[in-house]
Amino acid sequence: MESLLYLIPVALFLGGMGLAAFLWALKSGQYDDMEGNASRILFDDDDSPFPPESPRK
Amino acid sequence: MIQACLHCGDPIPPLSDGGEGFCCKGCAGAYNLVNDLGLTTYYERRTLNPDVKSLRPEDDELLIDYRRHVLSEKGTNTLYLMVEGIHCAACVWLIETALARQEGVIQARVNMSTRRLVLKWTDEEIDANRLVSIINDLGYRLVPYDPSLMNSENEKSEKELLRAMAVAGFATTNVMLFSVSIWAGGQDMSIVTRDLMHWLSALVALPAVAYAGRPFFRSALTALFAKRSNMDVPISLAVILAAGMSLFQVIQGAEHAYFDSSISLLFFLLIGRYLDRRARGRARGAAEQLLGLNCSGVTVLNKDGTKSLLSAEQVEIGMTVLCTAGERITVDGTILDGQSDVDTSLISGESVPTPVSINDQVFAGTTNLSAALRIKISATGEATVLAEIVRLMEEAEAGRAKYVAIADRVARLYAPVVHILAFATFLYWITLGDAVWNEALLNAISVLIITCPCALALAVPVVQVIASARLMRQGILVKTGTALERFASVKSIVFDKTGTLTLGRAELINHNDIDADQLKIAASLAGASKHPLSRALCRAVPHIGVKSNVEEIPGHGLKSGDIRLGSRAWCGLDKAPVHSGPELWLNIKGQTPVCLKFEDQIRLDAKDIIQRLQGLGYQIHLLSGDRIEPVQKVAKNLSIKNWHAVCSPTDKCQHLEKLNDALMVGDGLNDAPALASALVSLSPSTAIDVSQNTADAVFQGHKLKPVLEVLGVAKKCEKLVKQNFVLAFAYNGITIPLAMAGHVTPLFAAVAMSTSSLVVIANALRLSRGKI
Repeated sequence: MESLLYLIPVALFLGGMGLAAFLWALKSGQYDDMEGNASRILFDDDDSPFPPESPRK
Repeated sequence: MIQACLHCGDPIPPLSDGGEGFCCKGCAGAYNLVNDLGLTTYYERRTLNPDVKSLRPEDDELLIDYRRHVLSEKGTNTLYLMVEGIHCAACVWLIETALARQEGVIQARVNMSTRRLVLKWTDEEIDANRLVSIINDLGYRLVPYDPSLMNSENEKSEKELLRAMAVAGFATTNVMLFSVSIWAGGQDMSIVTRDLMHWLSALVALPAVAYAGRPFFRSALTALFAKRSNMDVPISLAVILAAGMSLFQVIQGAEHAYFDSSISLLFFLLIGRYLDRRARGRARGAAEQLLGLNCSGVTVLNKDGTKSLLSAEQVEIGMTVLCTAGERITVDGTILDGQSDVDTSLISGESVPTPVSINDQVFAGTTNLSAALRIKISATGEATVLAEIVRLMEEAEAGRAKYVAIADRVARLYAPVVHILAFATFLYWITLGDAVWNEALLNAISVLIITCPCALALAVPVVQVIASARLMRQGILVKTGTALERFASVKSIVFDKTGTLTLGRAELINHNDIDADQLKIAASLAGASKHPLSRALCRAVPHIGVKSNVEEIPGHGLKSGDIRLGSRAWCGLDKAPVHSGPELWLNIKGQTPVCLKFEDQIRLDAKDIIQRLQGLGYQIHLLSGDRIEPVQKVAKNLSIKNWHAVCSPTDKCQHLEKLNDALMVGDGLNDAPALASALVSLSPSTAIDVSQNTADAVFQGHKLKPVLEVLGVAKKCEKLVKQNFVLAFAYNGITIPLAMAGHVTPLFAAVAMSTSSLVVIANALRLSRGKI
C-alpha cells in the first residue's frame, strides 16, 4: 500500500502537467489558425521568415 | 490557349503594357519584387483560387493612411490588417517573408483561417505606409481593422468553454481513478485508505467544479435574476449540492461521496456545449468569409484629383465616387461621367442588365458591369434605397414572434418538476422516512443528479451539431441556433426567381443555330471584355484566343476592324426581330448578321427538386420582382401554380404574412424583408450581403438541392431530438423511483449517467450518415 503514497502524487502530477501544457498551448494561440498551421509545416526551414526563437505573443 | 500572366494568372489582354508574360505593369513590377526578395519559389508552390480576388495590383493607388491605425506600446508598433487576395498557404508565406525581410519588423503573422495579419515592428522611424506598400505592390489588398471590435466575444466564450472542458476532463479522469479503486476495493479496503481516496477526490474535484462550472452558474444566475428557470438551474444546483454534500460526507467519514458524479456531469455537459458553440461559430465565421471584405469602402475622387478610400459612413452628399467595372455600387447617385451597364437583379429581380449613361440614377446594391463610372452622391445613409429596405427588414424582424427552442420549452416544464421531486424526496425522508437530515438531503441530491441534465442537456445539442456539420460538408451553413427546428415545421416554400431558381447569369442558348466559325470569331472578340454577355459567350465557346486590337465602347459593344459585336443598334440592325431576353449581334462586313441569344438559365436540378418538394407535400410559391413574361415562363417550366410577378419588397412581405410556416428562399435586396418575415429563410451564397446576413442559412453551389437537403436533415433532426427526449425520459422513469427510494449509490449514478449519455449520443450519430 505504500506505493500509493508516491504513485498517486505522480499520477496527479503527470495529469496536471498535461493540463498545464494544454492550457498553455491554448493561451499562446496554438489553436488559433488550424488551417494555416497545417500548411505551414510544408514550408522548408531555411525559408521560414523568422528564426524559431523570435518573440511571439 | 489564352496565355496567363506570370504573376496574377489572369489571361493577358492583347494590348498589355507589362511586357512579355504579364498582363499589366503592376504584375511585372510585383514579379520583379518577388524576384528581388529571392522568393521566386512562391510561384511554384501556389495554387490560384478562382474565387479569390486576382493578384493584379491596382493601378490607381488608393490612399489608406495606415499610420492612423498603428498601435504603439513600449517601442513596439502594431498594425492589424485584413488581407484580401490570399489564395493558398504560399501567399501566407510570401507575405510573411516579404515583411520579415524589412528592417525593424519583429513579427508578421498571417492567420490563414481568418485572413488577418498582425504586423509588429520596433523602429519609430519606419513609415507604416511604406511597409505596407510592399504587400499592396504584390497585389494583395490590406484593410486595417480594430481587433477589439472583431467578434472577439464569441471567440472568448469558445475559449473559456474549452479551458473549462480541459480542467473538467482532467479532474474527471483523476477522480474516477480514485472512485474506481474505492468501488473495486469494496469491503476489503481499510477505512483509512478509503477516506484518503475521498479526501484526494475532494482536493481535485472541488476546485475543478468551481472553475469548470462557471459557464453554467453564470447562465443559471442570469435566468434566476430574470425570474425564469432554464436547464442550467437544475444543472448548477445538482453540481453544487453534490459537491458540497460530498464534502460534508467526507468530513463525517461516510461511505459514499459523489465527487465523480458531480465533475463528470460537468465534463459531459461542457463537451455538448462546446461542440454546440463551435459548430455555430464556425458556420457563422464561414458565412462572414463569404461576404468577403465588404468594409473595403468607397473610392472618392477629391477636388484636387487625388483619390481616397472612405468607409460607407464617411461619404457625404455631393462627393464624386469612382466605381470601376465589376464593382458593386455602394451609394445612391447620378452618373457624372461614363457609360456602362448596371446589373440591378439584386435590387429588383430584373434579369437583363440596364444600360446607363450620364445623368442616369444608380442605386446602392447594384453592380457596375462594363466600364468605370463617376457617380455624384445624391443620398447617403438613411436616405438611400438600401437603407429603406433595411428598415423594412427590421420591421419584419420585430414582427416575427420570438421562437422558443424546443430544449428551452422542455426545460421550462422539466426544471420545476425536478426541483419539486427533489424537494418532495427530502420532505418524505425527513418526516415519514425517519431519516436524519443529511441522509434525507443525500437522497434528494441523488434525485437531482440522476434526473437531470446529462442526457437531456445533450439531447438537442448533439443532434444539432451533427446536423450542422453534415450540412456544412454539403456547403450549407446554418447560422442561427433554432433554424433547424424551424426548418422542420415548414409547410410552404416561397422562391424568388432571379438568382434563386435561376443562376442569375445569362447563358448562350442558340449555339446550335450559329455557324461554328462565326461563333469562334464572336468569342475571340468577347474575350477582351468583362461584360456578362461576353463572359457568357466565352464560357459557351471556351479556349479561343483573344483577337488583337479589340476596342470596347461601353454600352454599345466591341469592334475589331470590320467586325462588330454588341447591341442591335451598334450593329445597325434596329429592325431585326426582337428576342425576349438579352442578345448580342455579330456583324461581319459582307456576311449576314447573326443574333446570339442569351437567357438566365434555370438551375440544372430545379425542376426535379421542385417536383420532389411538391411530392413531399410542400406548397410552392414563386414571388419575383421581374416582369410578368419571364416569371410566367419559369413558373410554367417548373410547374409552379402560385406565382406573382412585379412584386415590390413590401408585396413580398405581405404575401409571406398570409402564409404561415413559410420558408423563404431568396438572394436579392428586394427579398431581404421577406427573408426576415418568413418563419425561416435560406439564401444562396451569391446573394447580396444584407440578404445573407438576414437568412438563417446560406447555401453554396449551382444546384437547388440544398433546399431539399436542409429540409430533410431538419425533419430527421426533429425526429432524433424527440427520440432522444423519449430515451432520456424513459431512463428517468426507471431511475427516479430508485433515487427517491434511496437506492442510488455513487457507482450506480456513474454507470446510469454515462450509459444514458452514450445512448443519446449514439442515437444522434445516426444522422451523420445515410440518406435523408
